[in-house]
Amino acid sequence: MKRSTLNTILWVLAPIVSALLFTALISVLVGAPAVQPIFEIFNGALESPQKWADVAMAWVPLALVGAGMSLTFAAGLWNIGAEGQIILGAIFATWVARNIALPQVPLLTLIVLAGLIGGAFWGLLTGLLRVYARVHEIFAGLGMNFIATAFIIWLIFNPWKPARGATMSGTEPFPPAAWVPRLGNTRLSLLSVALAIVALLIAYFLLKGTRFGLELRAMGKNIRAAALQGIPTQRHMLSSFTLCGAMAGLAGALQATAIYHRLIPRISGGYGYAGMLVVLLAGFRPIWIPAVALFFAIVGVGSPRLELNMQLDASLGGVFEGAIVLFVLLGAGLRKRLNKSAS
Amino acid sequence: MDPFIINTLASIVATAAPLIYAGVGETLTEKSGVINLSLDGTILLSAMAAFAVALNTGSVLLGFLTAALIGAAIAAIVAVASIELEQEQVAVGFVLTMLTADLSSFLGNPYVNRPGPYLGQYTLPVLGKIPLIGPIFFQHNWAVYGSYVLILLAWWWMAKTQPGLKLRGVGERPESAFARGVNVNVIRYLYTLLGGAMVGIAGATYSLVVKLGWSHNHTAGNGWIALAIVIFGGWDPWKVAGGAYLFGALKALGSVLQRNPAFVNVPTQIFSTAPFALMILFLALTSSGLTDRFLEMFAPPTRRRLENLIRGRAPAALGRPFRRG
Repeated sequence: MKRSTLNTILWVLAPIVSALLFTALISVLVGAPAVQPIFEIFNGALESPQKWADVAMAWVPLALVGAGMSLTFAAGLWNIGAEGQIILGAIFATWVARNIALPQVPLLTLIVLAGLIGGAFWGLLTGLLRVYARVHEIFAGLGMNFIATAFIIWLIFNPWKPARGATMSGTEPFPPAAWVPRLGNTRLSLLSVALAIVALLIAYFLLKGTRFGLELRAMGKNIRAAALQGIPTQRHMLSSFTLCGAMAGLAGALQATAIYHRLIPRISGGYGYAGMLVVLLAGFRPIWIPAVALFFAIVGVGSPRLELNMQLDASLGGVFEGAIVLFVLLGAGLRKRLNKSAS
Repeated sequence: MDPFIINTLASIVATAAPLIYAGVGETLTEKSGVINLSLDGTILLSAMAAFAVALNTGSVLLGFLTAALIGAAIAAIVAVASIELEQEQVAVGFVLTMLTADLSSFLGNPYVNRPGPYLGQYTLPVLGKIPLIGPIFFQHNWAVYGSYVLILLAWWWMAKTQPGLKLRGVGERPESAFARGVNVNVIRYLYTLLGGAMVGIAGATYSLVVKLGWSHNHTAGNGWIALAIVIFGGWDPWKVAGGAYLFGALKALGSVLQRNPAFVNVPTQIFSTAPFALMILFLALTSSGLTDRFLEMFAPPTRRRLENLIRGRAPAALGRPFRRG
């Protein structure tokens, strides 16, 4: 093996080992065993075909949000608003499911379209705030997230409240024609997985194979230089926000129609923020997003086992995820610095 | 005056206190050219730690100290990552936000909904007796009084002192500050840690003063508001404090409206999220082109004064690492 290959492997392993050590340390801090929680997480996610289906189910929104965010990140935009875009997609899809009576196939097509449009609309609004109101996209996105949260709660507690009274458990279930078919007795729908794969492919080819993608990446490197070269930076910003919103909105529509069969207040499930970590860990490269999203899905599905089997809070899974991303970022910086001082 | 109005005003002053600590702390950090985006998570973790330490030791003061140390420690990670490793500051800050929020949930689990110690009320002599002003501003506790002192101190430090001049130079033009013999990165470390400690104190001010105790995501959202307030306040301690009071007023308005029979059908979550959304929209409005057009209606000297009032300029080198030579 060449020395540089070995070197690279070490630089990849070191952050993972550090994150494992950190997680073990945190676990010991509350008087729990050091290593067992990590095993519980992975066992909990991979013990049965039923759980594999859950992992695939959790992978879908992460992959969709990740695919969308690879476009905004490429343009150098910190689109923190995916959470709200997921919510709006779910709201639009719910409106279709509640108000339009059609056979299953055309109805589901409409629902998917509604999700895309709802998310795209919310993404575009964030983009407009960024481009025309000159609000940094982090705050524009957060503001839109807050508004989306208030909006979905208002819908569930007022116009869409179930006959037996409004609760945090959401609206009445949709009519069965609006349910995305599931695989056997699992909660997984193959249609969702297929749509997520399509989104990943679209993001990948847009970034690698089109002029638009090239120009987005030029903007990400240096926005002023890109504008001087005649790249329509404002229009491209709006496009990338809209596309990212569409993909996140699709995730929301699928959460509502394929998993819960209703609209619930926490429909976004934190996937908007988790998706951001996915893209950071993938180093903004779309090709890595499927694998990183799979890792996050596994930890997400396995973590509740900590509560069942060890009486530990499931947030240790999030600690593990966050620690890996942090150590990978620090490791990349350290490597760059050492290379520079060596040369 | 109606005691209800006085009570409401006093509650605005109290709820603004932690945001003042976090906002002014972050202002000091950003003035040096570093963005610490981790505020939302840092406040959560330090609030949890302050409560846990105060509960276990019985000392509220130790709770505050722990919170300050935790805030400084998280800021130290931001500082090393951005100053030494030249990593994207926003990325590191965002990851730290998520990581520390989960840490607070995990480590804070045994402390959820437990009664515990808190910082007692202390009416200031003389000042507390002034009619109207006394009950609104001076019948609180040391954490609230500290927030007043911090505003004054931070303003005086940045505007009137030699080290404050250095701080601004480092954030505006690090190259020329360096040429004048200022050690840019040492100053950045110093203010990142100091700002982080204040964000930690903000956390303790929640769990030991303003929103007693601990629950999952106890303070979530407030760190983002503090970051927005720094921009809203144009990196000026007085205006940052103004933003904190405005946010406190929006919250108070929400809880007044919530009790109004006309709004009985509106879910409480709307009232608790609306101030956050309004604050961000306010920010959008002041920085938008609409405000440009509004300003153009005035003669240049007035325009400049108005613009300084509602808008501030970010430190020129904000977020940019400094390389020697």
